[in-house]
Amino acid sequence: MALRDIKARIDATKKTMQITKAMEMVSAAALNRAEQNAKRFTPYMDKMQEVVTSIAAGSKSARHPMLSSRPIKKTGYFVITADRGLAGAYNSNVLRHVYRTINERHQSPDEYALIVVGKVGLNFFKRRNMTIIDSITGLPDQPSFADIKAIASKAVGLYANETFDELYMYYNHFVSAIQSELTERKVLPLTGFEGTVSSNAAYEYEPSEEEILEVLLPQYAESLIYGALLDAKAAEHASRMTAMRNATDNADDLIGQFTLTYNRERQAAITQEITEIVGGVAALE
Amino acid sequence: MRTLDVSVVTPDGPVFEGTAEMVSSKAKSGELGVLPGHIPLVAPLTISAVRVKQDGKTQYVAVSGGFIEVRPEKVTILAQAAELAEEIEVKRAEEAKERAERRLAETNQNDLDQARAEYALRRAINRLDVANHR
Repeated sequence: MALRDIKARIDATKKTMQITKAMEMVSAAALNRAEQNAKRFTPYMDKMQEVVTSIAAGSKSARHPMLSSRPIKKTGYFVITADRGLAGAYNSNVLRHVYRTINERHQSPDEYALIVVGKVGLNFFKRRNMTIIDSITGLPDQPSFADIKAIASKAVGLYANETFDELYMYYNHFVSAIQSELTERKVLPLTGFEGTVSSNAAYEYEPSEEEILEVLLPQYAESLIYGALLDAKAAEHASRMTAMRNATDNADDLIGQFTLTYNRERQAAITQEITEIVGGVAALE
Repeated sequence: MRTLDVSVVTPDGPVFEGTAEMVSSKAKSGELGVLPGHIPLVAPLTISAVRVKQDGKTQYVAVSGGFIEVRPEKVTILAQAAELAEEIEVKRAEEAKERAERRLAETNQNDLDQARAEYALRRAINRLDVANHR
């Protein structure tokens, strides 16, 4: 490779590195805030869980469609992806898994319906002609509950009006800045309350348990979805940060290699020139 | 004087934390006032104002439904959205009200949209009401 070409590669790689470095820092800041959001959400979710558990587990009489399974005719899948790529395996992890799961479980497109968060996921499923019942894109980096409310309550509503009979949620769970974990979670019907009776289950219900469940359960299911979204957002930022850090490191390595080649070539050229001069002088003598 | 711990919690974080002598709220079944030592209770709330009385002053909090959990020493209100009277942006609430009214006038027969617009309108009106009590 000519000296000039190597120089051009070095400059280009340096510029790319500046960009990936900047993106890494942006994601790091976003991750920080996403973790704070998740922390702010925790007291709400904990309290909600406590009350729902004490009602659902504490009373045998309380029956609600959201608590009991019914025959499965159609399954809903709530898939959370990002709007943009450049986040390592973040999107493909979820999408590949959901795609495989749906193909394994269902024979015909009438048996499932997708609710998709994020542009990447939406395009993926659209290209494959899968049944998308609803989608939302362009969520901010730090979504508030109001941003997700409409789609969450729609998802819960579709279960309530028996459009589908169970709802699964797929997203990347944030483990640490360098690790996330693909999570499959059954949202509806709500389960897992049995055997977790809390000590202070002796509430009075005004007007009645049934009517409280009517308000409580949809709100609970919606907050499960919001919680998953916050979790997924944190994982997204972390994943993008890691991907960009790797890119920056790789760019740094490349620049090192190119610089070495560049210097070697330069040295070779100089040596050659000297040899030529010396040779020329020798020829003159 | 005995007091209650009061917290109003939303998915976006706590809106109000403090102690109070009395909490009044509007449950689905009617007006609900809570004094310290109340029996444990859970009740769904309407879109309304929660009034927290502390040191002779009353703090108004607009809540968009949700429910109230009462224990002898503690009251927790879990709502999907809540705002303190001082923090309500009147202009935004007015805009939301106009938007909801417009949508209500436009939609015909579609039950879901109708219900949603009505819900939005009620919330906007509630916020404007509460904002008057700052």
